This record gives sequence, structure tokens and C-alpha cells, in this order.
Amino acid sequence: MSKIGQAFKKGKAFIGFLTAGDPSLEKTYEYIMTMEKAGADLIEIGIPFSDPIAEGIVIQEADLRALQQGTRIDDVFDLVKRVRKESQIPLVFLTYLNPVFHYGADKFFTRCEESGLDGIIIPDMPFEERGECAEAAKAHGIDIISMIAPTSKDRIQTIAKAGEGFLYIVSSLGVTGTRTEIKTNLKDIIDTAKAVTDVPCAVGFGINTTEQAETIGRDADGVIVGSAIVKLIAKYGDDAAQPIYDYVKAMKEAVMRSRS
Amino acid sequence: MSTGRFGAFGGQYIPETLMNEIQRLEKAYDHYKHDPAFQAELKELLDNYANRPSLLYYAERMTKDLGGAKVYLKREDLNHTGAHKINNALGQCLLAKKMGKTRVIAETGAGQHGVATATAAAFLGLECEVFMGEEDTIRQALNVYRMELLGAKVHAVTSGSRVLKDAVNEAMREWVSRVDDTHYVIGSTMGPHPFPMMVRDFQAVISKEARQQILDKEGKLPAAVLACVGGGSNAMGMFYNFIDDKDVRLIGCEAAGKGIDTKLHAATIAKGEVGIFHGMKSIFCQNEDGQIDEVYSISAGLDYPGIGPEHAYLNETGRAQYIPVKDDEAVEAFEYLARTEGIICAIESAHAVYEAMQLAPTMSPEDSIIVCLSGRGDKDVAAIARYKGRDLHE
Repeated sequence: MSKIGQAFKKGKAFIGFLTAGDPSLEKTYEYIMTMEKAGADLIEIGIPFSDPIAEGIVIQEADLRALQQGTRIDDVFDLVKRVRKESQIPLVFLTYLNPVFHYGADKFFTRCEESGLDGIIIPDMPFEERGECAEAAKAHGIDIISMIAPTSKDRIQTIAKAGEGFLYIVSSLGVTGTRTEIKTNLKDIIDTAKAVTDVPCAVGFGINTTEQAETIGRDADGVIVGSAIVKLIAKYGDDAAQPIYDYVKAMKEAVMRSRS
Repeated sequence: MSTGRFGAFGGQYIPETLMNEIQRLEKAYDHYKHDPAFQAELKELLDNYANRPSLLYYAERMTKDLGGAKVYLKREDLNHTGAHKINNALGQCLLAKKMGKTRVIAETGAGQHGVATATAAAFLGLECEVFMGEEDTIRQALNVYRMELLGAKVHAVTSGSRVLKDAVNEAMREWVSRVDDTHYVIGSTMGPHPFPMMVRDFQAVISKEARQQILDKEGKLPAAVLACVGGGSNAMGMFYNFIDDKDVRLIGCEAAGKGIDTKLHAATIAKGEVGIFHGMKSIFCQNEDGQIDEVYSISAGLDYPGIGPEHAYLNETGRAQYIPVKDDEAVEAFEYLARTEGIICAIESAHAVYEAMQLAPTMSPEDSIIVCLSGRGDKDVAAIARYKGRDLHE
């Protein structure tokens, strides 16, 4: 089992997302450590991209702020390295394919391994196009985390069988961002996936309240929260540590309550 | 690796949420492409609604003035709605209807594709929403109102640089949000497979007609065909049926803006690198970290940081050549064509006219060249006046 599996060993997992370089790399480091302290089991670090087509407005704006700060890919590798000196929390990237492709897949995944990264999520790399990264990622021990959507249907098991790290179950149609209601029958999707894999299933997109975390945690192995955390960073800037701590702690407790 | 490749270019680089839908579209298109009833229905629409076939016009005054090859203009500007975009919009909207969709969305730069889609949607009874960069809604205010008249809802996109690239981002986000009843009518030979092939096939009517028309008039094939290239749909349409005619040069004219040695251009082939974006592997203007560049052109329709994957392939294999043409050169050609032939063409098309003005004098009067006049220029008049220092009150 990869290190990512450890994140799901202590019960239902809470996965927090933030964008590297928003509002600064120094603060991103601090907020990652804050999330771990508050109980997060895995951290998803967004490499900012100019055109994040799977993101809603909250993360789009975070990417823009990070790029305006001059955040470079090499800076994000340095950030991972710095976190790794202090912490063994599993870390994954969320990025789009072009930055990886342009960097060169082999060089990119070499640096991932050197920095101590564990996995990567690439929303515009569907199952059929994994060939762009699969070999290089495998050679350097980086899990490719696949996404399963409410529209995946007959594709669920194909994707699940090849799953690595965890499966990212997209809660509903659309882009990232908080939703008041999630209607998708997530249990069906998770059961279908679990029939063919032991890889944990975490649900993301739209989750922001403790009630949602508790409800979804009943069926899923973990919940992923991005926009709600990024909103706190947008609101509090350099002083977001305490609000992030309080929020993540409450969400982790909620997801733990849903332990069946 | 997915299907739908031109050499290494193309593919289906899209979020998982869209994969089943795009595969459904691929199957539907493969089916209707070979369905005589669908093709007959589309031909009826093109001939009796969109005013096809379009003229192949011999530009005699221009030819005499330039001295050299005979210049022919393929008059896509005379189509209903004033541009080649209607060929694809009718094709895709008809396909969407056959697939049971009730709603279409589209991106638009200059507004021509938005107007064409709004038109086809109105005619075929589909709901229509168009995404247009806020900057472009200002540059092309007239087209915004035309779309609204046609019953479409226009969304001014305020993310990024607020131009065509951002409109595509927003249309994709919308499609991911509502895929069941909605078809995304991509306006150019770009995006994930099957769009680059499908849009090319719908636009190939341009060269299918032009090839026969020039044979009828000249008794031989042209020495070269020219077209402007943003995403590349009018150029693919103009090139396609000449690809196997190895002696016919294929020339794409991309927007060099203020010059390719400045940062203000949209010359993808001249300055871009291979990348993966907007669903396809192709060539993109991007920085050292693979961030997509904000590009620039006087022409809202060519203001795009990428190029369709089939063009990337034609460039790589050397079958087609791509030449950057600057704003001031396009404006010069725009004015020249108006004065010489009495035709006000789209500023996009003027990029190709400029290159024809350079090329024709170097060739023999025995030869001919065809320039695709992709659209008419009414939409550009106010902007060109501004460029020349005159402020018109529309």
C-alpha cells in the first residue's frame, strides 16, 4: 500500500485542499501544517494554472492570486520538500496536464519523488489519456488518483480497477465550489467501485458543511474540501491560520462521527 | 491513448464528467456522417437557408493591380449570417437535435460563431446560450445584440483576459454542469475529438465547392489556397479537399498582432510550443511553466492561443505553411479590398488577403490562387475606424 493508504487507516479521512502560493508560499506552508494539526489526514496542493477549467470561481481566483505572486512550479516542489522535513502527512498535487507536459513528465515525476510527494490528480487527464503520465509516475512511485463522476456509469469499474492511492468521487455535475445540496446517489457509485477495488473512495466537489461531511462520510472513506478552505484564505489572507484550524477541526470531527 | 489523432496531435483531454458524453457524440457523429438522410437534410439547409454554394469570385481588378497569378475569392462572406461559421453551426445543431438535445451552448470571439449558432438554434427550435469574453462584447457590441435578437442569452465572461480563450473555458465549465440536455457547439476545428474532425467535415464544403468551381473556370487546380487561421475552421474547410493535390500550396495566415517579436500577437505556429489544453494536444502560446499566454490580435476571431490539431499536423508534415500577418498589414488589406473590389471583408479574412497580395505578384498569370473570404466586415467597421483614429457613433 502506498503512503496515501495510511490517510484512511485512522477511520474516515478528511482531505483539505489549498492553492500553492495563495496568498504566499510561506503562508501555504503554514496552512498545510495548521491543517495537519487540526486533524487533516491528507493535503491536496494545487499547482496554480492559468486556465483551470474544472474549477469554480473561488479556486480560479486563488490560482490567479498565486500566479500574480509569481509562483513557479519549482517553488511548489520546494514547498513539498519543506513540508516533508517536518511532517509525514500524505501529499498530493492537483494540477492540469499542460504544466506537467511542458515540464516534461519524466522530469516532473522525478522532482515529485525527490520532494516527497505521494500522488497527483489531473482533472483534464481522463482514463484514456493516462499514457501521458502513467509510466513516469509509476517509475517514480507517484500514485495517479483517478476521478469518477456521476456520469461515469459503465466506466466506473474500468477506472476503479486501475485505481491508485484513492479514488476521487466527484459529488455532482459541474465545477468545484460549494453547493447547498448534493443529490447524486454516491452510495451506488461507491458500491460499484468497491466491488472491484480495495482502493479507498473519497468524495469531493461542493462539500462545505459539517452536516454534509457527516452524511457523505457514511458511504465514503473520506471527504475532500477545497473551495471552503480557499474561501477562508481569500477572506483572511495572512491571518487565516486560526479560522482554517477551527474549520478543519470541526469538519474532521464531523466526518469521524459518521463512522458506521 | 484515445482515438481521433492527427499524428501525435488531437485526443480527448477532458474531465471525466464529459467522457461518456463525448463518446456518445463520437458514435452519433460517426453514424450521421454516413447517413444519407442526415446528409440530405443538411444539404437542404445549406442550399436553401444558408445560401450555398458560395461564389468563387474572380477578383479581376485586384489581379490586374497586383500583376501575377489570378486571384479568386471564395465568398463565404455571402452566406446567411455573413461568415463560414453557419456551415458548422447548422451541422452541429442538426446533429444535436438528432441526439435529443434541447439546448446548445457556444463560445464566440468575434461573435460570428455565436450569431451562427443563435441563428441555427432559432431556426431549429433549440435553446441557446453564448459565452463571449467581456472584452469582445465591447469590441463586437453589434453581434451581441444580433444574438439577443435571435433569442440567445449572451454571457459576458469576466475571467482571465476576457477574450476567446476565456469564453471557451466558461463554455466547458457550463457543459460539465449541464450535459444531459445540452450540446456544446464548438466553433472551430479544436477541442476534444470528435470536434476537430467534425467541424472540419462540416466546413469541408468550402473546398469541395471551390475545387470544382476553379476546375470549371480555369480547367486546372490553383497554385495555392489561402485562409486565415485562429482555431482554424475556415482554413481546414478551405484546405481539406486540396490536401491530396500535392501541387496546391496550402497557406494559413495567423495573427501576428503588433509583431511576433513583441508580446502582442496570436501567432501560435510561429511562436507556440506543443501542449495539451482545451481538450487537445496541439500547439499553444505558453510560458516556461506551461501557463497559457494571453494573446493579442486586432481581430477578435483570431485572438486564440492555440490552433486546431489537424493544422499542427499539417504544419509538422510540411503539407501546409503558416505565415504571421500583423494588424497593420491586415488593415491595409481590408482597405485595399474595399477600394479595389468593393468588398468589405472581415478583419480575420483580411489577414489572408494581405498574404495573397504578397504572393500573387511573384507568380505567373497562368496560375491562380484562391483566398477564403471567411466573413464580411460590417462587424469590424467601427473598430477599424477607431484603429485609424476616428470614433464612430454606431
